[in-house]
Amino acid sequence: MTVRVQGEVFDTGAELTGFAANRRDVGAVVSFTGIVRDDSGDLERLEIEHYPAMTASAIEAMVAEATVRWKLEDALVIHRHGPLAVGEVIMMVATAARHRKDAFEAADFLMDYLKSRAPFWKKEVTTSGTSWVDAKDEDEDALARWS
Amino acid sequence: MIDVLYFAWVRERIGLPKEQVETSAATVADLIAELSAREERYALAFSDTSALRVAVDQELSEFSAPLKGVREVAFFPPMTGG
Repeated sequence: MTVRVQGEVFDTGAELTGFAANRRDVGAVVSFTGIVRDDSGDLERLEIEHYPAMTASAIEAMVAEATVRWKLEDALVIHRHGPLAVGEVIMMVATAARHRKDAFEAADFLMDYLKSRAPFWKKEVTTSGTSWVDAKDEDEDALARWS
Repeated sequence: MIDVLYFAWVRERIGLPKEQVETSAATVADLIAELSAREERYALAFSDTSALRVAVDQELSEFSAPLKGVREVAFFPPMTGG
């Protein structure tokens, strides 16, 4: 299980190839990539703040919970912070299992938890000003699916 | 002494990311009341606790959580990761 919190850009293809390489026990790898999206048409960048002393341990706890709930052989979470331009990769999750159902469900679970329980806060910087992104009710509803 | 940390708009409203607070507050809620009574900017930041989350020693927690033996409390808005 690997968790990385970093400012640097990373290569999702290379990460995924490395994650899936040289295994005899894995029949399914599922990955999700989150990308900076421009909904308003005037987004200059996203700034992601986080709680350095807590972030990695909070994500590791989520990954540990996923491995209790599903039969996972491995999991990878990489999440960036700092300034990110439109189109840049924010984060990725990959899960590896013997069978695809475990890999899909665990990845879905990890995404729901990362959205609402990992200590990151997104701020949008547009041509007309800055604003913090509000958490959405549906993100909390999504978490309730897993309880 | 407790280290008190603020993130996102909580940090912006209070005007600093971290401070040491000498307190005898028994719970997180008591600490919020103590800080809010101190200055207007705290009262503003803490005015709606339904919009706030708290971590005690880097674990998500409740406002009723006791502070005995605690070293670090962090206040922030609901998280927006992913």
